[in-house]
Amino acid sequence: MSKYVIIGNSTAGIAAAEAIRKTDKKGSLTIISEEKGAAYGRPLISYYLQGVTTDETLPYRPADFYEKLNITLKDGVKAEKIDPSGKKVYLSDGESVSYDKLLVATGSVPFVPPANGLDEVREKFTFYTIEDARKLKAALKPDTRLLIIGAGLIGLKCMEGAYEITHDITVIDLADRVLSSVLDEDCAKIVSKKIDEKGVRLVLNDKVKEFHENYCVTDGGVKVEFDVLVTAVGVKPNVSLVADAGGKINRGIVTDLKQRTSLPDVYAAGDCTVSHDASSGADKIMAVLPNAYLQGETAGFNMSGDDREICNLVPLNSIGFFGVHVLSAGSTQGAMLEQKGEDFIKRFFVKDNRLTGFILIGNYDRAGILLSLIRERVPLDTVDFKAMTLLPELAFFPKTVRREKLDR
Amino acid sequence: MKKVHVNEDKCLGCRLCEYWCAFSHSGEKYMPDAFNLQKPPVPRIVVEENDKITFAVACRHCDDAICVKSCISGALSKQADGTVLVDESKCVGCHTCVLVCPFGAIRMDEGKAVKKCDLCLKTGGVPSCVQHCPNRAIVYEER
Repeated sequence: MSKYVIIGNSTAGIAAAEAIRKTDKKGSLTIISEEKGAAYGRPLISYYLQGVTTDETLPYRPADFYEKLNITLKDGVKAEKIDPSGKKVYLSDGESVSYDKLLVATGSVPFVPPANGLDEVREKFTFYTIEDARKLKAALKPDTRLLIIGAGLIGLKCMEGAYEITHDITVIDLADRVLSSVLDEDCAKIVSKKIDEKGVRLVLNDKVKEFHENYCVTDGGVKVEFDVLVTAVGVKPNVSLVADAGGKINRGIVTDLKQRTSLPDVYAAGDCTVSHDASSGADKIMAVLPNAYLQGETAGFNMSGDDREICNLVPLNSIGFFGVHVLSAGSTQGAMLEQKGEDFIKRFFVKDNRLTGFILIGNYDRAGILLSLIRERVPLDTVDFKAMTLLPELAFFPKTVRREKLDR
Repeated sequence: MKKVHVNEDKCLGCRLCEYWCAFSHSGEKYMPDAFNLQKPPVPRIVVEENDKITFAVACRHCDDAICVKSCISGALSKQADGTVLVDESKCVGCHTCVLVCPFGAIRMDEGKAVKKCDLCLKTGGVPSCVQHCPNRAIVYEER
């Protein structure tokens, strides 16, 4: 009987457990989780802050999930060391767990850059776990002055969630625009405009020079008074377990297409890994939930003897701020095509007769049809791509292709 | 499993399937009441048309459903009977499923949970779009 151990009780870990139980109903399956409690979708923490998600709707899977899949959940305990030769994981409670196949799905860790005077700030938070969201929610009052460092996905979602409690919010970012990792300048402007309209102050192209207990001063000379500070400048892959055990790291944990690390019988999946972007050909840290699931699932199948390879991963995000919804996928390589209207913008990137990426704001009905063009590397001269940039439809595929798609 | 299939050679593009779908999920008793609501109900089936053809598209209830795998909240799930359903209380409206569904079969409902074909399982029997297709272009069968 095989012994499966999964470190990490989030998307990739759960996906692996679900895949393992499809192939092996008998082997023992243990999930080790530093966080306490059942799995939840990590992006939900901003919705929790906002009040959209509650304690009842937070869990990622039904209440009987662990029991039904016969999973032993060791939560509130940290995996501290992997011994790949002895095939053991050492835990913070002094115990150890031995494995036949191990998955490392340890996600990311929030990155808090050193800053002058940060120690003086008493009410400071990161925004990564549900516990962070709970603590922040408890600290926020309607008259709280909130300062968020970072105008990326995490910082802005935190802003949106917190806005339900206080409107006195300032966001500072080093980049010259919001969501700089996802959006180009023009698209970022649409989002910033909405943020401005809500009365949230954006301080861009600037960084904090010095923190004091209740205010900070930026390099640009802006003084911001605050009661609560959230640092959301970014996250980095949590690679230490595999790195310390001698596994190969390239910013993230390096895996092959079966999600195997360079250590024998040790797999890795999700935000802690570096993965191959099919749209650009580059290896990068993608750290998005849908990809974490696909990687975790692939790992789980391979761990339990069902041979699978991961393919067609591309960066993708669907995210809204104050009702402005931004969908992006792939990369921005190649020539740009644009469709624009009063309340929407669509940008498409085309190279070598293939769609490499898109950014859609305000008009994105049936966007998945466009994503399928990227993922399946569909030659654009076989479809009516021009028409698809206006409204994606299956009608713009050749009849035989469409039939095959729909006859499933 | 039995699914909603569309024969595009028979589809007239009348969009009755959209109306009946929206109505039968609206909770209203009379169709005019459903469409007189401040915000009309969203159909879960969509009729595509260009200058040559028309046909309706609804969820394929994929075996390997990418929407379920991509759902950030766990609101979308694959049931034991094969249907892919959305738990509206869990959906946060992030629209990741809209981004990943290769059929464009997940519909947005502003400010609310996404809507998708549930095969009219709650109302029982044959899906409403199938029942009311005047040209029998939409069928409910196993293929």
